[in-house]
Amino acid sequence: MITVERLTRKYGAFTAVDDISFVCQPGRVTGFLGPNGAGKTTTMRVMVGLTPATAGSVTIGGHHYHDIPNPGRHVGVLLDASAQHGGRTGREVLELGALSMGLPKTRVDEMLEMVSLTQAEAKRRIRNYSLGMKQRLGIAHALLGDPSVLILDEPANGLDPAGIRWMRGLLKGYAERGGTVLLSSHLLHEVEQIADEMILIGNGRIVAQGDKKSLLANAATGGVHSFATSLDNEALAAALTAKGVTVTSAGDGLRVDAETVEVGRTALEAGVVLTDLRNGEGGLEDLFLELTAETQRETVA
Amino acid sequence: MSTATLTPALDVSGTAPTPFSRLVRTELRKTYDTRSGLWLLISIAVVTALVMVIQVSVALAQDLEVGFNDFLTSTSFSIGFLLPVLGILLLTSEWSQRTAMVSFSLEPRRTLVIVAKLVVGIIYAVAAVLVTLLLATVCTAVFDALSDIPADWDFTVKQTLLFLLLQVFGMLTGFAFAALLLNSPAAIVLYFAYSFILPTIFGIGAELIGWFHDIQPWIDFNNAQVPLFDTDGSVSGQEWAHLAVSGVIWLVIPLVIGFWRVLRAEVK
Repeated sequence: MITVERLTRKYGAFTAVDDISFVCQPGRVTGFLGPNGAGKTTTMRVMVGLTPATAGSVTIGGHHYHDIPNPGRHVGVLLDASAQHGGRTGREVLELGALSMGLPKTRVDEMLEMVSLTQAEAKRRIRNYSLGMKQRLGIAHALLGDPSVLILDEPANGLDPAGIRWMRGLLKGYAERGGTVLLSSHLLHEVEQIADEMILIGNGRIVAQGDKKSLLANAATGGVHSFATSLDNEALAAALTAKGVTVTSAGDGLRVDAETVEVGRTALEAGVVLTDLRNGEGGLEDLFLELTAETQRETVA
Repeated sequence: MSTATLTPALDVSGTAPTPFSRLVRTELRKTYDTRSGLWLLISIAVVTALVMVIQVSVALAQDLEVGFNDFLTSTSFSIGFLLPVLGILLLTSEWSQRTAMVSFSLEPRRTLVIVAKLVVGIIYAVAAVLVTLLLATVCTAVFDALSDIPADWDFTVKQTLLFLLLQVFGMLTGFAFAALLLNSPAAIVLYFAYSFILPTIFGIGAELIGWFHDIQPWIDFNNAQVPLFDTDGSVSGQEWAHLAVSGVIWLVIPLVIGFWRVLRAEVK
């Protein structure tokens, strides 16, 4: 539903978005993932016409955003939950949105209920809101016009764990009903739990895209690893090293560059009791850090 | 990737574009739905009333003669400079509060949003004139009742219209400066420099430089507006010409550049 074609945005000599193309399909949640300053926000701003593109284009369901009549009814946008007048109440923000989109006032109460903002909270001024409350309000504002496409920039930012779980359910349900969702994040675990499809961006370029499985398959070069803790780590490490497997200590246990089955077999042979053995869940994280390494502010040790 | 997948189209045929009247209503509501906005409107009315109350008190105490027209003239100390400030804040508050992001994503036809704000400014100028006429009537009546000197009620419809035009010009000038700078403090400073410092500079220039004396009426918009309230409602053809030419310089040009800037600006 959202089609980005060879999009480039330059600021003088700096290229914020560098010739990127991708598609967000309806019925799916697309995660837009990248470190700070990778170009996620710029791309989303171009999508809704707030930033002009230097080259390339974005269409939503075949239309340029500018050509969509009353766009709030078709595309729900949350780019910055803090970009609201601090002196307005939460309810007033939604009522202004409803007025502008031509919606009945009852819609405001429905949305407040949906994002779990109480009537008392809705009467407070936004300058007294926490970031999490602003995010809820922003999501309510984006959903106000019952759009079929959602564009959310860092929506989980500032939400508490329960709030993140709630949002995950909300967006999954929304996509299951046929909606198109694009959400950005710089936190991998936030996205990998929600997104059906992931687009990894670094330095303004797409470094990888696909679902979690295919991304991991492509990252096979990154190597599988597992974490093991046993009653005798030294003996286990020695046995693994003897097999030519690289072992490093990690916290109370070991980080082993081998699959769990291999570690289990070695422990059995060496007669060491394993107390914990699991897959290196960091597979995707390693991939993410590796792919975006050049753009990271901190080098990965 | 799945390049073969056909992107489903978004059916927008059933959606009507946002009507302009709704944009105006939205923009109007934004002017009074915050405490700061509401108090700005209230203080404009209060200051206007206060200036007239002082005027009527002084006139009564010192047995001076005042008329309806005098009460309107005194508004140069109230709505005369508060309406332009309102015109400035109408526009710049969207930038200082960053709500322009929401406004322009709900209505990407930015020209319409800005024109809606302009209409709201004119609505307030008309409202301010109505309130002023009412207050002036009350003050004139009070003076008439309490003073031995009979009040001068003389004020024509034409004068009323010129007075309205004056207030609309003031508001628009503020709005134009705001569009040019998109920053509240900068636009307010520019407006006050324009209305309080510039006339002095123009005056000195006209005094000392011969040729400047000749062109000053054509470039001094402040001065060109004087006939709108200084006379008995008769503005000469040349005075209208001065008003038109200086108005293009101080009102139309900043407004056009400002519009162009807002349309092209990256909204952050």
